[in-house]
Amino acid sequence: MSTFPISIPRPVHPTGIWNWITTIDHKRIGILYGVTAFIMFLSGGIEATLMRLQLAGPELDIVSAAVYNQLFTMHGTTMIFLAVMPLSAAFFNFVIPLQIGARDVAFPRLNAFSYWTFLGGALMLKLSWIGGATDAGWFGYAPLTSVAQNPGTGIDFWIISLQVLGIASLAASFNFIVTIINMRAPGMTMMRLPLFTWMSFLTAILLVLAFPVITVALIELTFDRYFMFNFFNVANGGSVVLWQHLFWVFGHPEVYILILPAMGIVSEVLPVFSKKPLFGYKTVVLAGAIIAFMGWMVWSHHMFTVGLGAVANAVFTVTTMLIAVPTGIKVFNWIGTIWGGSIRFNTPMLFSLGFIAMFLLGGISGVMHAVSAHDAQQQDTYFVPAHIHYVLFGGAIMAILSGIFYWFPKYSGKMYSERQGKISFWLIMLGQNVTFFPMHFVGLDGMPRRIYTYVEGMGWEFWNGVSTGGVFILIIGFLLVVVNIGRHWKNGEPAPADPWDARTLEWSIPSPPPEYNFEKIPIVRSLDDWWETKQGLDYKEVPASGGSGNEGHEIHLPQPSYWPIVAAFGLFIAAYGVVFNDLLIPWALAAVGLTIGFIGVYSWSLEPVNDPEEDSTN
Amino acid sequence: MHSSNTKLIRFNKIPKTAFLLSLALLTLLLTACYPDHNQSTFDPQGPVALKQLEVFWWILIGGFIVFVLVEAALIYAIFKFRVKNESDIPVQTQGNHKLEIIWTAIPAVLLIILMVPTIQTLFYMYEAPKTTKPEHTLEAIGHQWWFEFRYPDPTNSEKEIVTANEVYIPVGYPVAINLESVDVIHSFWVPKLAGKTDMVPSEGNFMWFQADEPGEYYGQCAEYCGTSHANMKFKVIAVPEPDFKSWLQAQSNPALESSDPLVQEGAGVFKSAGCTGCHSIKTVVNKGSKGRVGPNLAHVGSRRDLAAGMLRNSDENGSVNDALLQKNLRTWLENPAEVKPGNLMSSGAQVYTNPDKKLTEEQISQLVHYLSSLK
Repeated sequence: MSTFPISIPRPVHPTGIWNWITTIDHKRIGILYGVTAFIMFLSGGIEATLMRLQLAGPELDIVSAAVYNQLFTMHGTTMIFLAVMPLSAAFFNFVIPLQIGARDVAFPRLNAFSYWTFLGGALMLKLSWIGGATDAGWFGYAPLTSVAQNPGTGIDFWIISLQVLGIASLAASFNFIVTIINMRAPGMTMMRLPLFTWMSFLTAILLVLAFPVITVALIELTFDRYFMFNFFNVANGGSVVLWQHLFWVFGHPEVYILILPAMGIVSEVLPVFSKKPLFGYKTVVLAGAIIAFMGWMVWSHHMFTVGLGAVANAVFTVTTMLIAVPTGIKVFNWIGTIWGGSIRFNTPMLFSLGFIAMFLLGGISGVMHAVSAHDAQQQDTYFVPAHIHYVLFGGAIMAILSGIFYWFPKYSGKMYSERQGKISFWLIMLGQNVTFFPMHFVGLDGMPRRIYTYVEGMGWEFWNGVSTGGVFILIIGFLLVVVNIGRHWKNGEPAPADPWDARTLEWSIPSPPPEYNFEKIPIVRSLDDWWETKQGLDYKEVPASGGSGNEGHEIHLPQPSYWPIVAAFGLFIAAYGVVFNDLLIPWALAAVGLTIGFIGVYSWSLEPVNDPEEDSTN
Repeated sequence: MHSSNTKLIRFNKIPKTAFLLSLALLTLLLTACYPDHNQSTFDPQGPVALKQLEVFWWILIGGFIVFVLVEAALIYAIFKFRVKNESDIPVQTQGNHKLEIIWTAIPAVLLIILMVPTIQTLFYMYEAPKTTKPEHTLEAIGHQWWFEFRYPDPTNSEKEIVTANEVYIPVGYPVAINLESVDVIHSFWVPKLAGKTDMVPSEGNFMWFQADEPGEYYGQCAEYCGTSHANMKFKVIAVPEPDFKSWLQAQSNPALESSDPLVQEGAGVFKSAGCTGCHSIKTVVNKGSKGRVGPNLAHVGSRRDLAAGMLRNSDENGSVNDALLQKNLRTWLENPAEVKPGNLMSSGAQVYTNPDKKLTEEQISQLVHYLSSLK
């Protein structure tokens, strides 16, 4: 490596904090993703709590109109981009290589880069509370985002941090697509992939296709704001409806980006705790693929009242109703899975069953929106937050909680408290229904969403009060989850390799898995290979043979690296500079950031392998 | 025999509880959306809202049945297939094509059936009946955060009559409304008369509705439109057609002048303080002319509410109560930002931005008397 100018050796067995900073181990990155995203989830919960307090009764004055509008904008953006998406990414990272019998992802350093970039984007968005966060809604409808309407930096923080988060998501998605296609153990055909890996694969493809759309929309908005372009300026011939189309062409696939991993988790948990294979594996995979495909054909159902006309609305009514069919198939197949099983009610199973019960309700209210003639009454009322929370809280979050408990023994190596887990399930189940179900009522009773206050006498007081009460049940439930996870991660009973008598490969290795995951790469002979192995139906043990022909050699793993975090840090600095576009110093900051980023990427690409034996062979 | 017996008992027990539970839920749902509430979508007072509610009943009842059946199956399975013996391994069923085809086909057929009334109603909503009279075609224009309304002048086709935040319509006639916005996207919504349609800047929209009974109908902006989105309301007042005509006639004339000296001083303050920069007291304008920044105040003293539905001026029966009106005007003039955070008057009018030009107590009293005299 004589051409390498800044020859810094790769870190060798770093300890403590350096271990985390330089790690490129997919399991550690998964944990970093999970912990960060869970903290972000709690911050979004605090924002929601403040909103609910403000709406607990008529004409309350807990927060001002301006702050309230920032709260709901940040709550939406946080929960979608900083909580649910990265929580799914946490599972992608930790679980996928283990499920497909790989030692790491295809691009370990890119994986680290994607986490650190995500962290930068997340911090950036949250720090925008200092000096006023964006208040144009998570959907940022033009022209509320124009400089004339919104001169502060809140919108700029929102735009640029979403771009940064987009880079993180794209890097991660490409990584997972390549990993799933190329890194599968011998015999792990696509139709033997565990369902969670399948749904993650579809999610990654959706992300790769959907994110460029929002990227383009945000670039247009940036140009409007920074350089007085007129994409969305109607005074000079721009169109505000253009933004809505771009946003929802991204935004609707995004909904499936949020829910498909959740469906994947549930499709793992239900068979394990019923001791039965997933009912109709092929159908469930196909239904997922159809959902991912049809997700592109329904975006204008977010725009039924924009005035696209009867014909356009009729077309999107048809497509939107039809997308309920594959979703329904999944629900029926899940019930088919537990039917005739031997069901054990451990905490992950409770959350997965709760998911089915709640997601069904969200699905039905979704079809109610699809009845576009009446959607004119529902649109922008509390009926919509009711629906979205049954889908994303009752759906995505319940499934994620299921996953948090299901894989807890694997990632922590410990057992959580089943008793606390079950109590937290019932609290969260009760809390969400008390909080979100009344929103159906006030919505149909004519209460618009995104209003910071309402007057007495409209009939909305009672159910808003109930809704706010439910939040406190949720808070206790989540505190219990945090306590349960936190305490037992440290002091829990050591977990066996396969505490659930599970079906997929991650349970064939110790808890927590060694750094190299699989001592010997397994050869996969069927769907649910690990279960079949345990039943002794086909064969008794995983054959001892390295898939890549490195028998007799030591297991080679890539070493940690300093550069992913450097590159991500440069991007963060540059992005921070770009936000303040009116002064010289910020542009200088941007230049410094880009330089750091460039050094990071340059050094990364020329980094020595630090393995003399490997080096001589290359 | 024994096992089939327990099966029978369980099977009987669960649907019964499910049935009772669902009845309770449905009752709760219906009583929760009290139809007498001002913005309830369950109390249609015109054909458009009625048709919309009718399709909703289809999906509400259909969805309810699906919900109960699926949740019952789920709950049944949860109770029936509990683990009995840890070491038992159930039959490893991989799937069942026949079943899967059935549960794909049934929802698909149900949804296709549901599409029919939905799409019929869509086309019904989007085209006003041919009987709609040209004089019943009005314009609604969204502003941050109030509504401007314009009627065709019956005496001069080149002119329009302007009013704000209160829209009179003739009972029993379809009314066509062209929607616009001058700033951001708003949404025009009167739940008891029709679902909402967005007011999109530079892209005109259209809707129609009809009120079958005389009365006052609540409307509210439904699309998030900035700081005071929550404070953007209006009223639709349906009156018999002759009353509508005479109301329009009265609107097109200026308010009667009063000889009260306080009122006359107020008129002077209205000019000298700069109010006329944004507010007009002239109601008849050229067709298509650009509106003023603030609401038209020509007949502000006759309106049932002040500041776009924020402050109630009238008694139960809808007649304006002068004491209330004056109290409200005072509240508004003293600190409009308190009533409507972020409003343009607080941030743009010199009497609020420049401490030297602040309205005195006396000036406010004069203005209150003047404005309340504009009947």
